[in-house]
Order: sequence, then C-alpha cells, then structure tokens
Amino acid sequence: MSFTTGLRCRECGRAYPIEPIYVCEVCFGSLEVVYDYVAIKRHISREKIAAGPNSMWRYKELLPVGGDVVDINAGFTPLVKAENLGRALGLKQLYLKNDCVNPSYSFKDRVVAVAATKAREFKFEAIACASTGNLACSVAAHAARAGMKSYVFIPSDLEQGKILGAAIYGPTLIAVEGNYDQVNRLCSELAEKYPWAFVNINIRPFYAEGSKTLAYEVAEQLGWRAPDNAVVPVASGSLFNKIWKGLNEFHDLGLIGPVKTRMFVTQATGCSPVATAYESGSNIIRPVKPQTIAKSLAIGNPADGYYALKTIRESGGGAAMSTDPEIVDGMKLLAETEGIFAETAGGVVIAGLKRLVTSGAIKEDELTVAYITGNGLKTLEAIQNSVVKPILIKPDINSFEAALGFKIAATVERNKSQVE
Amino acid sequence: MARRRVMFTFPPELITEPVIFNLGKQFKVVTNIRRADVTEDRGWVVLEMEGRDEDIERGITWVITKGVRVDPIGKDIVEG
Repeated sequence: MSFTTGLRCRECGRAYPIEPIYVCEVCFGSLEVVYDYVAIKRHISREKIAAGPNSMWRYKELLPVGGDVVDINAGFTPLVKAENLGRALGLKQLYLKNDCVNPSYSFKDRVVAVAATKAREFKFEAIACASTGNLACSVAAHAARAGMKSYVFIPSDLEQGKILGAAIYGPTLIAVEGNYDQVNRLCSELAEKYPWAFVNINIRPFYAEGSKTLAYEVAEQLGWRAPDNAVVPVASGSLFNKIWKGLNEFHDLGLIGPVKTRMFVTQATGCSPVATAYESGSNIIRPVKPQTIAKSLAIGNPADGYYALKTIRESGGGAAMSTDPEIVDGMKLLAETEGIFAETAGGVVIAGLKRLVTSGAIKEDELTVAYITGNGLKTLEAIQNSVVKPILIKPDINSFEAALGFKIAATVERNKSQVE
Repeated sequence: MARRRVMFTFPPELITEPVIFNLGKQFKVVTNIRRADVTEDRGWVVLEMEGRDEDIERGITWVITKGVRVDPIGKDIVEG
C-alpha cells in the first residue's frame, strides 16, 4: 500500500500524477512526492517500525512505493558512538552513521532501492544512470537483483577499480569520450529519448526520497530523538535536504519531539558551490569546475544546491570546506580512531567537522551525528601515498629485531617495571 | 522540429548583452523563457529552445563560446 498522492512542483506548486516525470511542464521546476500524512499517521508507530525488517524498508510507509520492493538489504546501518574520535576533536557526544557497510558500499543503495522499485512499478525494462562510482555500482547491483537490464554511462577515463565495482553485476557499461559536461548533456538527452528509468533524471523525485531513511534511522537509533547537529557531505544537495525532511516528518507524525537539529554542509574546497554561497551570504549557487580528490562530491552545478542553502538557514546550521590534504587527514583520523575506512567523502565530513568544532559552530556537549556515506576501498588512489609503508625484513628474528629492536626492548623494560 | 530544455548561467560581463535575442535571430531558434533570476552582476535563465536539431546544436555551441554555461535543466546528473 502506497501513501503517495501525487507529485508537486517545488517552485510553482502545480500538481502532477504519479508518473516517471521530474520537471514541471510550466516552470521547469523540480517535482517532489506528496504524501497523505494523515493516513500515514494512522498506520505508523514506533512499535510497528521497530518490529519491521532490519533494513530501510522498515520505513516503507514513508517511501513512495507500493507493493514488492527491490531489496538488496540496504540500510539500517550502524550508528557508532565515536568516543575516540570525539576525544580527538573535542566532542563528548559524537556519533557516526556508518553507511560504508551498505550492500554496494555506499548510501546510494538507499536511493537506488526506491528508484529500482519504482522503475519496476512503472514497467520499465531497464534502469540507467550516469556515474563516476558509487551510483553505477548500486544501479548495476539493484538491476541484477530485480532481473532488469541496466545501462551505466561512465566517463572513458574512469579508474579501472571503479569500473570493476560496477561491471561485476553485469550491466551494459558505456564509456563516453568527453569531459564531464559533455557526458552530462549526452545522458540528459538520452533520458528524454530512450524508454529507460534513469534513476536520477526521470525517476529523481522518487529516487531522492530514499535518503530520508538516513534521518529516520538516526532518530530511531538515538532512542527516538533528533540530534543537535547533523554533519553531511554535499554533492547535489539532495541527501542533505532529505535528512532535514525526514527528521521533520518524524516529528510531524509524532514519532519524535521537536527538531532542533542544525544542519551542516561539508564540501571540498575544490568543489564547494553550496558552502561558498552560504559563506558569502548569497542565495545564488555559482557553478564551478570541480578540482578535488573527493570525486563522489564533485558536482559543480548541484541540482538541489539552492534548497540546501535554504535548509542551512532554516535549521540555523552552517558550512565548512576542506582542502585535499585535510580530506586525506580526515580519512586517516577516522580510520585510526574508530576503525572505519571511509572514502574521500568521509574525509570531507571529518575535516569539515574539525573546522566546525574549532570555529565554535559545534559545541563539545552537543549531540552530533556525522554521516559517513561510502567505503574507503572505493578511493584507494586518494590515500596510497599517505599511509604507513610496510617494514621490509628478512625471514629471521634478527632481521625483525634489527628493524623493531628499540621498540621491543622498551616494551620489555616497561613490563618488567610494572611487575616490580 | 526539436525541443531542448536548458539552463543558461551568465558571467557578469554578459549580463548586458542580448544573448538570447541574438541566439534566436542568428540560429532560427525559438526561445521560451520559463524562469529566470538576473541581477546586475550575474544571472541564470531556464528556457526551452525549439527549432531544427542542427540549429539548436549550433546555437548552443555559439552560446557556450560566448562564455555562457549551458546545463540540462536537471543540472549535473553524472553522480559519484
């Protein structure tokens, strides 16, 4: 049973039926799903949710889907109390939402799960996307599970590791020669021409809703309450806005108390259209040419950037940007303190969080959730020259002790003194 | 006749130039503006172009060479 009643233009408010469309025919504004919250309120409760599956589908009533879903078990990922990282940053209540452990190793599984389900409901034969990494993997994986064809468009110069991560699921992979803008324009035109479900084009209103589950889960895992601060990596801005929307929906449905969460955008300095607009006090997102190692956030003209700015201001939040070396340091700090190996977007979040604490925007006693959205194995090239190298020894103890002798001796001495 | 929905983002130096008028005149493309936000130092326009496919392509290429950023109305859809 679906609780969606239609689509609505975010700009002019014009109503549309539930169809695979994404822009208003009149003003070309983007469309958003409309729900019957009165009916949802009658059906949903904390107890019902808690008794649901250990996946994002425990919140199915709040997603724009009806019957059977395409399920690779996305979501309900751990919320980790980060004592060590909190100490390092000066935070007493820091939590990490670890979305690295989704089935295809990023939060994209949440949005693609909804998109693939919708594509099947709309009776599309194929799902498609244009991607440089995480989205490609998730689309190919969900298509495999759904028994659907998939078409994944990638730039021809994409790293081999990222191609393999999607190729294993058996999609039709198309490598497009050309720069980002050319690939972008081609795929937009293909979406108009071919009868495929392009997850973030003609299915976008539904696709984007999957990100709300990152808000629901955090609220539930915190014992049915919203955090004081949410620190989020921003590319298109959709994830950021949907976390805000999800928290407010939970409040409106009586599942949590008032939402006083302050929403913080984190971006790389080399691609920071939203953070830059916020810091300059502007409502205008100026498109940029991305130049950063945080490739998963490298969207120079974000579709939801304007709305992300609104969310920052509405929530009383803020923004932070970090350089590439700071991003690598953030990845290392997260791994070395909490044992979580995140991709570069995770480094952006940790480096940004550090700045926000240093500047006083986030205080030490506040309950802060940092969203870690993708696995570090996806961006090995970013840290290959920044981590410890193996110590080479011969296969004998003398060689080992010659390499580490001082440390061993020191350890023995300390143990001895402890015994005495 | 083909149709194309696009977003133009203008740099400050082009704000005072009649770029869209010239686009329509030079390339026989009918332009239909749906939404816009233009001030003295920057601006964007969302519009539909209607004409022969090759004229639209030539027109877009000309606009880009003028220094205007041209995006699909969905903006950047190649995601990480």
